[in-house]
Amino acid sequence: MSTNYFKEDISTLHDALVNKQTTAVQLTADTLAQIHAKEDKTKAFITVTDDEAKKQAAAADAAGISADQPLAGVPLALKDNIITDGVLTTAASKILTGFIPVYDATVTKRLKAAGSVLVGKTNLDEFAMGSSTENSYYGPTHNAWDLDRVPGGSSGGSAAAVAAGEVVAALGSDTGGSIRQPAAFNGIFGIKPTYGRVSRWGLIAFGSSLDQIGVLSRRVKDSALILQQIAGQDENDDTSLPDPVPDYVAAMAGGVQGMRLALPEEYLGEGVSQGVRDAIEKAVDTLKKLGATVDTVSLPHTKYAVPTYYLIASSEASSNLQRFDGIRYGYRAQDVKNLEDVYVRTRSEGFGDEVKRRIMLGTFSLSAGFYDAYFNKAAKVRHLIQDDFTKVFADHDLIIAPTTPTPAFKIGEKVDDPVTMYMNDILTIPANLAGIPAASVPAGLVDGLPVGLQLMAKPLGESTIFKAAAAFEDATKFYEQVPTAMKGEN
Amino acid sequence: MIDRDQVAHVAGLAKLQFSDSELTAFTKQMEDIMAMADQLDAVDVGETTPLYQVTDLKNVFREDKPERWQTREQLLKNVPEKEAGLIKVPSILDNGEGEA
Repeated sequence: MSTNYFKEDISTLHDALVNKQTTAVQLTADTLAQIHAKEDKTKAFITVTDDEAKKQAAAADAAGISADQPLAGVPLALKDNIITDGVLTTAASKILTGFIPVYDATVTKRLKAAGSVLVGKTNLDEFAMGSSTENSYYGPTHNAWDLDRVPGGSSGGSAAAVAAGEVVAALGSDTGGSIRQPAAFNGIFGIKPTYGRVSRWGLIAFGSSLDQIGVLSRRVKDSALILQQIAGQDENDDTSLPDPVPDYVAAMAGGVQGMRLALPEEYLGEGVSQGVRDAIEKAVDTLKKLGATVDTVSLPHTKYAVPTYYLIASSEASSNLQRFDGIRYGYRAQDVKNLEDVYVRTRSEGFGDEVKRRIMLGTFSLSAGFYDAYFNKAAKVRHLIQDDFTKVFADHDLIIAPTTPTPAFKIGEKVDDPVTMYMNDILTIPANLAGIPAASVPAGLVDGLPVGLQLMAKPLGESTIFKAAAAFEDATKFYEQVPTAMKGEN
Repeated sequence: MIDRDQVAHVAGLAKLQFSDSELTAFTKQMEDIMAMADQLDAVDVGETTPLYQVTDLKNVFREDKPERWQTREQLLKNVPEKEAGLIKVPSILDNGEGEA
């Protein structure tokens, strides 16, 4: 059997494994073959772990795959800022050249414990800083719908790998939209859970009060299955939430009948393209036909989300990235005069320009004389943004909006203009600032490119997101489409 | 507004160095980014308190129990230069030119 990820999902793979129509070894071999056949087009992976994957698959087969192990034997990919014991982990940065972690991230450990097979590490913007996967030391990834376009970012490798049918699902991380924006650009589902829902232990830190690991998959249910395994408190992450993890797959049932949806007027402002607006209007009609009510609401501080986010995320990043100094791991500059020179030259040679810009912005915002005007001011505006959401969720179940202002842009189009690139994240950033769960579900094509419908819920409202996303997916069946650049492949 | 001298000063704080042409390009980009940041001047935050983290968790403690994590060999595995089980670095002083 040759596995076709445009037709399979985790449940069909699981059934085939349990019924012995295939084995984990066979499925893994198929997956690796798919990856190697398609990588010329997408360049979604930094590392493909052929040998490691085959061993894990053999172990899964040997252990036996039973009906109560939904992920056992299923090949999955991880974004390369999630550390993996014994497997190169780069965060797409030169500064982590040759870095082989000596332990697993909590999510890696939990996926391994569930019996899933790690087939590789996907490309990203360096340290997850970017919206296009162009800021990678390993070169850009390509959009499966149009190879001349970006896959979005920073989880662009995970999104492209799923969209191109290289894997059924992949983990990503989302600090300001890095799961949802690439999911939207690639016509797949992606969910950023509530801040703290998934342990960040072993996620290479960017903005620690914003970072959250989540899932990208073609089908909504597959993300529910994976989130079920990785969510939950972890003693190694003090910000992980103690609340019990609900049954997300069970929560998908029931539809949106009677659900109260809110459409914020600020998310359909002038920066949003006509094509995206039309697609969202159509999505609203679909949800209404399915029995939901849709009210127009206001989130008045939305326009300040981008500067607020860039000050806070960059400040946190400038602190987190102090650890990269050339002493304990990764790249170290050569021909240095003294210890200070090791630090300065290693960092100057090892970080790319976007990472340097964020470190500079963060260092400036936190520096004496500017802290109150920038970092602390941003933290206060963040509170206002959170309050906006709290008010809307007092009488609504979900906020719906476009995920991005436009479909995927061309490679090279925005890379030299940081502020224009930053504005691209305006619709995804607010959820990170407020710490609420948010997802992107495919809402059709505009000029042949996918558009995403964003669903945001109150803290720990993942079940409501899965319920609405499943109903919308069932009504629209976007997953039946094969990306343009992948037609003729399986 | 941020000027070239400030950008050079911040680079020093962040342990980064830039060539003259890089400094020119970064100063321009930092000006644009700070102009974006200055949009927050328009927000009247009143008595709003700063929000640094979004969980309601406070003072999370765990039991203080000794545990074996990595071995010395594992901890040194990724060190770029090492000798006799130790991390090797250049001298702190620059051949008499550095400051104490």
